[in-house]
Amino acid sequence: MTNTSMQPNTQMQGGYAAKRRAANTAIYIILSVMVLIWIFPIFWLLMQSFRGETGVSKNYIFPKQWTFNNYVKLFNDEHFHYGQWILNTFIVAVVACVVSTLVILMVSYALSRLRFKSRKTLLNCGLVLGMFPGFMSMAATYNLMNTFGLAKSLVGLVIVYSAGAGLGYQVSKGFFDTIPRSLDEAAKIDGATKNQIFWRIILPLSKPIIVYTALTTFIGPWGDYIFVSYFMKQHSENWTVALGLYNMLEKEYIFDYFTTFCAGAVFIAIPITILFIFMQKFYVAGVTGGAVKG
Amino acid sequence: MNYLDYVQMTTGQKISYKIKSFFTGIPGAIATIFRVIGLFFKSLFVFIGNGFKNYGKRFSDGDAGTKLSYIIMGAGSIMHKQIGKGLVFLAAQIGYIVFMVNFGSIYLSKIYCNNVTIQSRPGKIFNGVVGSEAPIKKMTLLKEEVINQDSIDDSNKILLFFCLTIMVTIAFFAFYIMNTKSAYASEQIIKEGKQPMGTVEELKMFLDDRFHVTLLSVPITLLLIFNVLPIIFTVCLAFTNYDEDHLAPGTLYWWVGFKNFADVFYSNPMKSETFGKVLLWTLVWAVFATFSNYILGIILALMINKKEIKFKGFWRTMFVITAAVPQFVTLLVMRTLLDDKAGFNALFGTQIPFLSDVAWARVMVIVVNIWVGVPYTMLISSGLLMNIPEDLYESARIDGANAVQQFTKITFPYIFFVTTPYLITTFVGNINNFNVIFFLTRGGPNPASYYRAGQTDLLVTWLYELTVETNDFNLAAVIGIFVFVVCASGSLITFNMSKSAKNEEEFS
Repeated sequence: MTNTSMQPNTQMQGGYAAKRRAANTAIYIILSVMVLIWIFPIFWLLMQSFRGETGVSKNYIFPKQWTFNNYVKLFNDEHFHYGQWILNTFIVAVVACVVSTLVILMVSYALSRLRFKSRKTLLNCGLVLGMFPGFMSMAATYNLMNTFGLAKSLVGLVIVYSAGAGLGYQVSKGFFDTIPRSLDEAAKIDGATKNQIFWRIILPLSKPIIVYTALTTFIGPWGDYIFVSYFMKQHSENWTVALGLYNMLEKEYIFDYFTTFCAGAVFIAIPITILFIFMQKFYVAGVTGGAVKG
Repeated sequence: MNYLDYVQMTTGQKISYKIKSFFTGIPGAIATIFRVIGLFFKSLFVFIGNGFKNYGKRFSDGDAGTKLSYIIMGAGSIMHKQIGKGLVFLAAQIGYIVFMVNFGSIYLSKIYCNNVTIQSRPGKIFNGVVGSEAPIKKMTLLKEEVINQDSIDDSNKILLFFCLTIMVTIAFFAFYIMNTKSAYASEQIIKEGKQPMGTVEELKMFLDDRFHVTLLSVPITLLLIFNVLPIIFTVCLAFTNYDEDHLAPGTLYWWVGFKNFADVFYSNPMKSETFGKVLLWTLVWAVFATFSNYILGIILALMINKKEIKFKGFWRTMFVITAAVPQFVTLLVMRTLLDDKAGFNALFGTQIPFLSDVAWARVMVIVVNIWVGVPYTMLISSGLLMNIPEDLYESARIDGANAVQQFTKITFPYIFFVTTPYLITTFVGNINNFNVIFFLTRGGPNPASYYRAGQTDLLVTWLYELTVETNDFNLAAVIGIFVFVVCASGSLITFNMSKSAKNEEEFS
């Protein structure tokens, strides 16, 4: 292709270039159409969140009456307490994030860089445990929490989100696997214990994976509906954002609250979208790392 | 067929060879699995056998302290001057005995009770909960009849604590074996004329040679209590009659053996037919959802990453935004857009039953899944495209290959071969893809001929409905076990095959 300019036949070259230009134009058109399709629902959501008229079914996209009231209503509505949901989700997300990140780092470090007798067995057990459908044992977990008196509480929710974290070691284990072993050995010769190697050598090198793990575990509770709906049920003061927003679309509320729902969805989506765009590189590295290794 | 033959084939031949070797590889992979399972059991029996042998040998060889530690844990350690360690073992034994007497034995004794007696008179105590088939079939109990709520057994509690007791017992047993080993080891050290490790030294080991114990003990304990215990409990439920007629804690439920499995697989016509139909749709869905996303995602990535295309960052970001918005938000928006009255139907004044007609709903969930999933595939295959060594293209260009040839000879084979494992994980993931179906249709439309399921229900969403809405916990457990077995064996087979495939042909 780079050699085309050296070809003597200018007529052929012209035809070739025209063909390329046509192909590129076609790609631009296809991409633009696809972007329109992909962005439309998000754009529609954004428009609805600024709509002054109540109700769901409207035969126009742009609001007839632009307003910011839906966002205001979110935070001072007597029926739905969006502020409370955000606070709940934030508390749960922060605690779950700290606990899960610690757990994941500990497990993946041990399974990646330490050698002990039961290591292979543990790896296989982790693989098998991960194959059970996530919410199959949801009812049992609820029972368990109930006997501890933690059902319907935020503490119980934190435990649910972070107790299983030990199984999510794959991505960070993959990362630890790539750190050269010679580092450990050099430190060992200098008299460092494994504990010191972990804290002083490996962790400082692992900032990217720590950030990735923390972000994914932080985002998790914001998007979870299944567990939280089963755990909190009608206990509305402990609802999280996802559960609350879902309830706004129930039949009895949807007419009055649809635009409020849109505002709430936009409000929550903005920070999470920014976080995701920030960490997409890690996401790709994590998934493709596993894919290439098989 | 050797490597040279393989390289000389055209892409089409390569693909057909790939496909052929995939299918011819299946029996081998299945055989491998059975071999692995066989090896596992063999090593397990060898392990247990050796365990007993060493257990006996340690007892007969050991001195008085070691022998004593077979009855009183920690005695050996204390007599071998490892006081701290010995006290820990002793405390564990005392703790276990107290636990069993006050807690464990109650639930062990109640787990299987042939003689379930029910007294409808107020204040009478029930005995037996998860018992065998009860002599009195009708066990429903009205709450008003009960004066003392505490005197009624809660089947859930008994089953849960039974599982807990079993787990504690296994852990204690491991600790007990550790105790005898440790006593024997310290005895040997003393025989050699050396001093066994002191408590402080031993504790220091947990920061160095036994650092894995320190790191893993808390996560594993958490997993055992909040993950493994509920799973064991749920698996047990598959063998009980815990359904809406036997709802604990108000009513008791009991063991029914394999009845639920029989119901789901063949004996109950309504349940087994629903199961067959849901399973079929789950597979159809998984195939379509996986391949549509895969192909479109790769095409999109190729278009964006084409050399001459400008504003790559812009295009990518536009698609990433849709992937980044929390899934429940985008899916609820989609549900509204595809509503019978709102959304598109309101915009265009049409009345298309997007989600309320079976055919439409089935197509729409796949289409929406494309919308949700393609940005992810695009991101991932973009990453892969960048991984293709640039010198491959360079040498291809020097050899005079045009763009089409570069694609068919380099890009496509590379992506296809590299992503095969990814494709398999996505397939398994799609079998368990809960969100799209749940938020869009909730399984509906629901015909009366289905047992509490809808025509777009996957096995997992059916499982969810059975748990949350209709309280058929036993059926839900059966389906959960089935999904687990399918996914686990499928993954194992493909994992084995991709491993063998990797040795056979390497992309160069």
